[in-house]
Amino acid sequence: MISHYPVLQVIIPLLGAPLCLFIRVPRLVGLFSILVSGTAFLISCGLLQQVLLHGTIVYELGGWPAPWGIEYRIDQLNSYLLLLVSGISTIVLVAAQTSIKQELPENRHIFFYTSYLLCLTGLLGILATGDAFNVFVFLEISALSSYTMIALGTDRRALTASYQYLVMGTIGATFIIIGVGLMYMMTGTLNMHDLAQRLPEVYKSKTVLCAFGFFIVGVCLKLALFPLHLWLPNAYAFAPSIGTAFLAATSTKVAVYLLIRYIFSVFGIDFVTMSLPLHDIFLVLGLTGIFAASISAIYQRNIKRVFAYSSVAQIGYMILGLAIGTQLGLTATLLHLFNHALMKAALFLAIGAVVYRIGSSQLYHLAGLGKKMPLTMAAIVAGGLSLIGVPLTVGFVSKWYLIVALLDKGWWPVAILVLISSLLAIIYVWRVIEWIYFTPPRIIIDNVQEAPASQLIPIWVLVLANIYFGVDTRLTVGVSKLAAQNLFGVTP
Amino acid sequence: MPFSPEIMLLLTILIPAFAVIGILAADHSPNLREGITITASVILICLVSSLYSITRLGETVTLLGPDLFPGLSLKFEIEPLGMIFSLVASYLWLVTTVYAIGYMRGHHEKNQTRFYACFAIAISSVMGIAYADNLFTLFIFYEILTLSTYPLVTHAGTVKAMQGGRVYLGVLLTTSILFLLLAVIGTWYTAGTLDFQAGGVFDKTTPHLVTGTLLVLFIFGIGKAAIMPFHRWLPAAMVAPTPVSALLHAVAVVKAGVFTVLKVCMYIFGIDLLKTLPTADILLYLAGATVIIASLVAMRQDNLKARLAYSTISQLGYITVGALLATEAGFLGGAMHIAMHAFGKITLFFCAGAIMVASHKTEISQMGGLGRQMPVTMIAFFIGSLSIIGLPPTGGTWSKWYLMIGSIDSEKWVIMVILMLSSLLNIAYLLPIPLRAFLDRDKSRQGKIKIKEAPLPSLLALTVTAAGCLVLFFYTQPLFELASAFLEAGGVPYGG
Repeated sequence: MISHYPVLQVIIPLLGAPLCLFIRVPRLVGLFSILVSGTAFLISCGLLQQVLLHGTIVYELGGWPAPWGIEYRIDQLNSYLLLLVSGISTIVLVAAQTSIKQELPENRHIFFYTSYLLCLTGLLGILATGDAFNVFVFLEISALSSYTMIALGTDRRALTASYQYLVMGTIGATFIIIGVGLMYMMTGTLNMHDLAQRLPEVYKSKTVLCAFGFFIVGVCLKLALFPLHLWLPNAYAFAPSIGTAFLAATSTKVAVYLLIRYIFSVFGIDFVTMSLPLHDIFLVLGLTGIFAASISAIYQRNIKRVFAYSSVAQIGYMILGLAIGTQLGLTATLLHLFNHALMKAALFLAIGAVVYRIGSSQLYHLAGLGKKMPLTMAAIVAGGLSLIGVPLTVGFVSKWYLIVALLDKGWWPVAILVLISSLLAIIYVWRVIEWIYFTPPRIIIDNVQEAPASQLIPIWVLVLANIYFGVDTRLTVGVSKLAAQNLFGVTP
Repeated sequence: MPFSPEIMLLLTILIPAFAVIGILAADHSPNLREGITITASVILICLVSSLYSITRLGETVTLLGPDLFPGLSLKFEIEPLGMIFSLVASYLWLVTTVYAIGYMRGHHEKNQTRFYACFAIAISSVMGIAYADNLFTLFIFYEILTLSTYPLVTHAGTVKAMQGGRVYLGVLLTTSILFLLLAVIGTWYTAGTLDFQAGGVFDKTTPHLVTGTLLVLFIFGIGKAAIMPFHRWLPAAMVAPTPVSALLHAVAVVKAGVFTVLKVCMYIFGIDLLKTLPTADILLYLAGATVIIASLVAMRQDNLKARLAYSTISQLGYITVGALLATEAGFLGGAMHIAMHAFGKITLFFCAGAIMVASHKTEISQMGGLGRQMPVTMIAFFIGSLSIIGLPPTGGTWSKWYLMIGSIDSEKWVIMVILMLSSLLNIAYLLPIPLRAFLDRDKSRQGKIKIKEAPLPSLLALTVTAAGCLVLFFYTQPLFELASAFLEAGGVPYGG
């Protein structure tokens, strides 16, 4: 059984999704989804443990050997992210039970859970697989199911947001498949490990350069790198709150993973630096994204959009870590993948609780809620402090490692810019806090109660995780460092 | 005490933190809630005093916490300057709590539970700062202090409070994230360690460009020391209720700032390096300018709390000057001034709050003749003023004395002139207040309300702190010993 964990990790949610359609009772479907997601989480724990003890796991699907068969490769990097995605998915699903009841009509609940589980499958699949085309398949699975999830939102603009995401996402996916196709043409293989060995022979060809270009642009669309981020704010704002919580915490992280995987394990860092000035491009786009998005966040009137733009900014930090090009920089990026997921999951779940109680996420309507929903608002404050990078939170850990990596590279002007952007984060977070605590209520909120326990518990589990992993960094920093070492040590 | 010294150290940080739980639980019973705060502060005083007597005999008490990052752990050690700071903060927490009981109830303030709870967290973080043995630990508690005092500053919940809070948080977080964090990481990267060490952490090969820049980043980054131009948070924080202004902005927050300045100068840079850095001189004159400019601004303030706020900025400048003079006497004077100024300023703030509760007067021009109705308060104000000015028989005399010697030792005559000039300015903006209160005979200023003395707990508190100013003049030996021990720990024993 244990030896089949890599494939079970993906198959269990994949089978769980259509089974949801057979279970007619929405409440049972919810519980069933938690069960499925929880099982996936346990499997990912097992995988991480195995990888840390024995090194990279290679699994051949159906017993067919690579490069003809599809191979799943689990190393430190993806086992760490598998744990993150499945863990967050489970915690978010616990809060989903009540949140979905309020936001979606009853006949849509089952579809929501089905698309959620499909999205989970897609994300886990992208992480686990070692085959280039398989990546595309799972990418499309996760993309199509997330378009569905977003479209299920109550606001009519959810349809437009989903459509916009669909168009941009399909362009991204098409670019990716063009890239993969070109790579296949030049090397005859779709297995990532095999590609890494065959690509060096054809490095000089324009086709491979093209493939790389298409692939990078496609992935950057998926991870919402400035200026390819335009789909994100609307998608996050209009999706059902649980959907946003899950997507914000996971989908862009998986796209960053894909970028890292292809740069290091497929094309190889030497090719990447010699073919395109990728590090410079990432530096400029990363910094621009950080500042543009942070400044946009300050002017938003909807709390979901504030944190959506904040996500674009945080992705800029991750790309900045890649731009540094050293092992320290990559460690900082990997660290922030985990930490940012925790922060955003907590924040968006708390916002989901607010929407559950007052039906709106406009800042104007949140005025004065500090007294009525103290625990939920405290969670938003904690998440906000983590975004700012207050010590003892995960945000501080990420920031510390990023600045150390920047100073190590000698880029102290960039370090100063990163710190200035933290000040921008203080502005947009504090604006939210002032609305919540200092403004008298603008709508009647006398009957508003605190969020139900089924939502408060997952929210606070995530908030406490924010603080716990800000204090005990052994897991996150340890695995990030190992993964970074591994990636740099891998020679194509 | 049955506990080991290390456990006692840990408890000094944990007891106020645990008190928060008790305070929150006792929300519906104000007397129980205040009782919990008082009990916690008494326990804290006992712990700190025991630690003082233990370390006085030469024993070192260190506490190694977990590694938060690989290579960086939470570390605590009892060190003489930290001892001064923790003694002052713990004693004054008890006194301020007694004062606050009188003030908050007399003023019918709302949200008192939140007030006492945030107070306790702030004191806990002050203990963490006082005993921090590396910059990492200090930075963590420094930020916690900023955040835990925000609800205290914005206590009133009004628009004005919110705006004051914005300036407060804006300046403090900007300086700490943009400058201080960069300085800390820069030090970590250059020197490889963040531990406080005698003689500094940088080795001789580090270029002065790097250490000089780091010094600038540190001094500007330690926003709580209120060096201009990052001083605006102090007057902005005066929207807070007076007990907050008294303890936090006369004792805890501002002292955390200058304490950090002294520690960084002594243990990260070291006196020898400071003497050679060109940026140290520039910052020294900037601190000197802060002293004078703040005093001049203070003279123009009619609002008593605003005047006291600018006076604090000026006095903090003294301590920063003491550190940057890079002489033994300067450090000695600066260390002693932490205690002297604390007692003096807290007395003045207590009196300001008492005047506000008893007579609803906030502007100095209205306070003529008040001495007749509030004699105890005004006498205490007089004594506190003497301490700030630096005249006998108050403790401030000694700290100013050593600061002057420090400026003479370093042959920086401009600083000596600045110190003397500022004493004159202090007389000009402080003494008229109690003098007019007693000597003014203009009855029309007394208004129609029959003014009585302040509520008894408040009166008690301000009498105690005023007495403290007097006691510190005669009984300075322990403070002097600790300050000298601070110099010794830094590797520069005071030779004279």
